[in-house]
Amino acid sequence: MAAKQNQENLPVVLVYRRPQFNLPHRNRLSRHFILLDPADSQEPTSSFLSTYAQSVRALLCVGYSTITSETLSLLPSLELIVACSAGVDHIDLQECHRRGIAITNASVAFAEDVADLAVGLLIDVLRKISGADRFVRGGLWPVMGDYPLGSKLGGKRVGIVGFGSIGSEVAKRLVAFGCSIAYNSRRRKPSVPFPYHANVRGLAADSDILILCCALTEETHHMINEGVMTSLGKEGVIINVGRGSLIDEKELVQFLVQGKIGGAGLDVFENEPDVPKELFSLDNVVLSPHRAVFTPESLEALIDLTSANLKAFFSNKPLKSLVEIEL
Amino acid sequence: MESIGVLMTCPPNFPYLVEELEKRFTLYKLQNAPDKTHFINSHKNSIRAVVGNAGFGADAELIEQLPKLEIVSSFSVGLDKVDLPKCKEKRIRVTNTPDVLTNDVADLAIGLMLAVLRRLCESDRYVRSGKWKKGDYKLTTKFTGKSVGIIGLGRIGMAIATRAEAFSCPISYYARTEKPDVKYRYYPSVIELAANCQILVVACALTEETHHIVNREVMNALGPKGVLINIGRGPHVDEPELVSALLEGRLGGAGLDVFEDEPNVPEPLFGLENVVLLPHVGSGTVETRKAMADLVVGNLEAHFLKKPLLTPVV
Repeated sequence: MAAKQNQENLPVVLVYRRPQFNLPHRNRLSRHFILLDPADSQEPTSSFLSTYAQSVRALLCVGYSTITSETLSLLPSLELIVACSAGVDHIDLQECHRRGIAITNASVAFAEDVADLAVGLLIDVLRKISGADRFVRGGLWPVMGDYPLGSKLGGKRVGIVGFGSIGSEVAKRLVAFGCSIAYNSRRRKPSVPFPYHANVRGLAADSDILILCCALTEETHHMINEGVMTSLGKEGVIINVGRGSLIDEKELVQFLVQGKIGGAGLDVFENEPDVPKELFSLDNVVLSPHRAVFTPESLEALIDLTSANLKAFFSNKPLKSLVEIEL
Repeated sequence: MESIGVLMTCPPNFPYLVEELEKRFTLYKLQNAPDKTHFINSHKNSIRAVVGNAGFGADAELIEQLPKLEIVSSFSVGLDKVDLPKCKEKRIRVTNTPDVLTNDVADLAIGLMLAVLRRLCESDRYVRSGKWKKGDYKLTTKFTGKSVGIIGLGRIGMAIATRAEAFSCPISYYARTEKPDVKYRYYPSVIELAANCQILVVACALTEETHHIVNREVMNALGPKGVLINIGRGPHVDEPELVSALLEGRLGGAGLDVFEDEPNVPEPLFGLENVVLLPHVGSGTVETRKAMADLVVGNLEAHFLKKPLLTPVV
């Protein structure tokens, strides 16, 4: 269809990744862009960037490779960072804002899968699916008889923290199970049909379940603290598919071990892959190794979205998933 | 009513139900008796009601041994353990616990789908065993958008459909006859349904016709990427065939809350990461079991007070 493209005419995209993170869509991207990848070279990254990346306008950030202000200072022409994750807390947002560098993320590509996992973790915690599966596999059913009863999901009050693409997909699913929904986010969203709470503690006081779907920022760091967990109460359940540091993890462990909270489903932790070992002996906790997004379908969607953002940028069209940075 | 004898044929494991029955009746606990035949013989003239559950009901033999039996009140919605024709013949009333457990069973069906496709139990084990420190867990399979085929579109089947729709799952079903007001796609046979969906869920009653309704051919039709969810009764599925289909990779995975010979579960399943095994907990929440118990007691009270039964089947 198209005329054979001259390599020199293709726009350049800097691929920024730690060597262990692979670029799954290299071939597809190479058809439309020249990929500059410091990880392919023997040179140390900073000298590579100084030599080759001075006129680079777009950067594709793979995985959670941190982008500091030092790195940014080596890229004077940079106008766009395309992140391959939902969270952008690994990027120096302040510096990007100062330089006018736009950032796109991948929440939209992942939202359904993350929401599925959040709901799955919630049903697992309430109905003790993983615990009961362990019970059966351990040969305990014939020996010990009935497994302890779980807790009904229908009619529970769910508080969603962060009502972006992920939070709204979670709400849509839980409504079908007969849950009532309320939410907290930076600002009230007029198009959202659920009650808004201006602070998380108020939301927790009115909820049986908290589901964390928001970005990690300075403001939201340890937002789930002792006060919020106390407000949620002894029967309360927390599901975290955001970032580990949204929760004061040490406090959470204490609350769980002491029975001051009903249970937790966690896909993320403060210091992955380390998980507090006190959690391993608890049956009211379900642990997931940060896999909320990882299905083949969502990776395809990620490839589509990041390619689309890059194409839009280079043809001066509106970006697909621009992140609104609030400082 | 204290002089009315009620025979509990199931294990007396739910304190609330036992207490509420003992407040109103003389409760005979069959499972606690060292000699069950002798026990029944000693009390047969005072026993006017039987309380059973999914695992223990009232078969023809028992019914014959209880000359004063007037009502069987089951702590379950399924009545495959109650000899319904015999009850009809002897004009014995039968009640069950519909509706109160519909949502919990449907919730669990979706929970099993998510647990199997997203490998929730397996990845929980992965973290607990310390394996995450050595490397990331693999990709799992997306649930949203997968096609769901439902065998039996009664209360529970419909509740499963409503929930799956919130995950954008296209829904199809098999039932004895097509339902006119239903927007889901109908298939006139289970094997066609299985061939045309990715997740097949058993949600019908267990009868002679539906025994082994999921057999080898159905499992082959569902296929190596297909997942079977059973929240009905163990005998709906040909269990030895299920085990070999899973071991041989002809079936992609299974989420099972029920088995042919509970509490015994085929051990070859214990080592499989594409199955989730639950000890018949479909209605197992505090809230629902209490509501079920209230129905059991309420039906018995209504009967002995000569009022209309709350949830009669016979």
